[in-house]
Amino acid sequence: MYRYDEFDQAIVDARVAEFRDQVARRLNNEISEEAFKPLRLMNGIYLQLHAYMLRVAIPYGTLDSRQLHMLAHIARRYDRGYGHFTTRQNIQYNWMKLEEMPDLLADLASVEMHAFQTSGNCIRNISSDQFAAAAADEIADPRPYAELLRQWSTLHPEFSFLPRKFKIAVTGSTIDRAAIQLHDIGLELVHGAEGEIGLKVLVGGGMGRTPLLAHVIREFLPVADYLSYMEAILRVYNRHGRRDNIYKARIKILVNDLGPAEFARQVEEEWAALKPLGLDPPPSELARIAAHFQPPVLDADAPVEIDLSNPEFANWVAVNTHPHKVPGHAIVTISLKAPGEIPGDASADQMDLIADLAKAHAQDEIRVTHAQNLVLPHVRRDALFTIWQALKGAGLATANLDRASDIISCPGLDYCTLANARSIPIAQKLAVRLAPQEADLGELKIKISGCINGCGHHHAGHIGILGVDRKGEENYQLLLGGSGAEDASLAKILGPGFDENGIVTAVEKVIGRYQSLRSGPGERFLDTYRRVGAEPFKEAVYG
Amino acid sequence: MAESTLFRLRDDPQDSSWAHGDPAVPLDAYQAGGTAVRLEPGDDARALIPHLASLRRIDIAFPKFREGRGFSAARILREAGFAGEIRAVGVLYVDQLGFLVRAGFDAVLPEKPFDADVARATLARFPHVYMKAADTARPVWLLREERALAAR
Repeated sequence: MYRYDEFDQAIVDARVAEFRDQVARRLNNEISEEAFKPLRLMNGIYLQLHAYMLRVAIPYGTLDSRQLHMLAHIARRYDRGYGHFTTRQNIQYNWMKLEEMPDLLADLASVEMHAFQTSGNCIRNISSDQFAAAAADEIADPRPYAELLRQWSTLHPEFSFLPRKFKIAVTGSTIDRAAIQLHDIGLELVHGAEGEIGLKVLVGGGMGRTPLLAHVIREFLPVADYLSYMEAILRVYNRHGRRDNIYKARIKILVNDLGPAEFARQVEEEWAALKPLGLDPPPSELARIAAHFQPPVLDADAPVEIDLSNPEFANWVAVNTHPHKVPGHAIVTISLKAPGEIPGDASADQMDLIADLAKAHAQDEIRVTHAQNLVLPHVRRDALFTIWQALKGAGLATANLDRASDIISCPGLDYCTLANARSIPIAQKLAVRLAPQEADLGELKIKISGCINGCGHHHAGHIGILGVDRKGEENYQLLLGGSGAEDASLAKILGPGFDENGIVTAVEKVIGRYQSLRSGPGERFLDTYRRVGAEPFKEAVYG
Repeated sequence: MAESTLFRLRDDPQDSSWAHGDPAVPLDAYQAGGTAVRLEPGDDARALIPHLASLRRIDIAFPKFREGRGFSAARILREAGFAGEIRAVGVLYVDQLGFLVRAGFDAVLPEKPFDADVARATLARFPHVYMKAADTARPVWLLREERALAAR
């Protein structure tokens, strides 16, 4: 994985010093909270309902054990012993003290981490495929491209005051684990006519108040020029994106208003002006970064067959591991969704344990998924039992990946100032209720947001739940049929909303109807819904 | 706004007479040959490209903190070869100075005057930059390339 050189380190260290100075000025009342707000927001610090919240960037969701140990240390030293992994592959801490934040950022910098641009109207953390460099289906590791984007977008002088936040995802596979169709920019590595690698460029996807799928504006972008092309997209957006209405300020609205063809034309025109300016680093820079992402040296003769006589272990292997591109190896997903727990939360002790396992068994790498789980990407199959036992002892061996209790949930009204309703208790109730039958249900992605901003990705849920405020009461809308994968679609509202208990019952009715309608055990809920439409489910819930 | 709050990001070039005092006219009142003009956020900076030879100062307005179009406007003018003064005018904080200087601004007329010490510290803060922009700072990828070549 990428390691800082002295230039990267100097920039991150300078950021710590800058923020230390800004906090000192705030604590001395040299600057007002109003003036301080945009400064702290550029460092991922929000003022939430109960305390400050800090969001730490985990670029393209990749960590080493040293970094995960540091995240555990931060949870112990500065928070209440927990961290919350987010849908942008980041981690948030919910109980921060402003005066301690500069020391915290210095701790992060000591392990090559930061909180640059984890909030504010700027280019946010670059996200990617959590199975990068491990999945057999990828054409190349997307992370070097993501790292170059990270560097290019850090403190960008032209694009730090955009109309609204801006999210970029990069994948190297046609199997989309990064939800590229639901990002402001989605990039997919593709082969050109000569077998060379380029990027397919999608623009204008997003969730929130106006959910839209992205449009392809370029089928093949040569990698030598991709940063100047990104500059062109961002410049068209910065100049012409709406600034009169915060809810219409994302690039998706501009792309939709202009039409994708006209938007693409404007980008190409801008790119023609920008490309000759020498904004693109030489190929040696991408090669330098890529050298940090050399695939690990794995033993292709490692045994494929392992002892699966323990049924609980065998079930976990079947549900929570994926085939690795190297025989005898597996990709392990560690569920942070034990039914009844807070989705995405991990204790400091759990983080330390996972870091130790990564160091011992997974080439010292951990990934964070946008579904709020953790991944050990390179594991010998003959180490799986040892890993499973260790995870089980720490409450981390839940075998529910992509199943009904593997629920994405935003923090909701328990923490967030924007929320209209609680999300976590709904996720907890549903997970406990559905876990006993989830093996029978197969892949079923439930996603919950506590407000229309959609941090819980409810529009991309096979079953989505949106909490709203209805005359001072929490009310939950039920949406069906969304997907954030390569078969992306937007979930649609089924009908009138429910209260906290009603939504749980409604989801159970939907699932009951699915069980009677599915063509066979292999047909997922999403496929059944797409085949039969919303009507039978409406009838089951409201009939 | 008193002229005394003007914060210079660069020294005046010795060979030109910058028009610090010329009154800037709005873009729609600008006539060919005029020396100073003011761009509002919605104005197209490229409309000035035919007039860059006669212009000596371009003011770019930032009516509120969230406004970011002026950063593109300044950079477009520099890319078009404008060598006169570009001034940022409006609601600007001292912590934005690093962005302003890199986007091509020469001076800032902020709504509230900057603390000179804080401003100096801010401008000196970051030892390196990651990307090319409108200033003379050389991005780290260039420094890395030079170092790699020297090591050969």
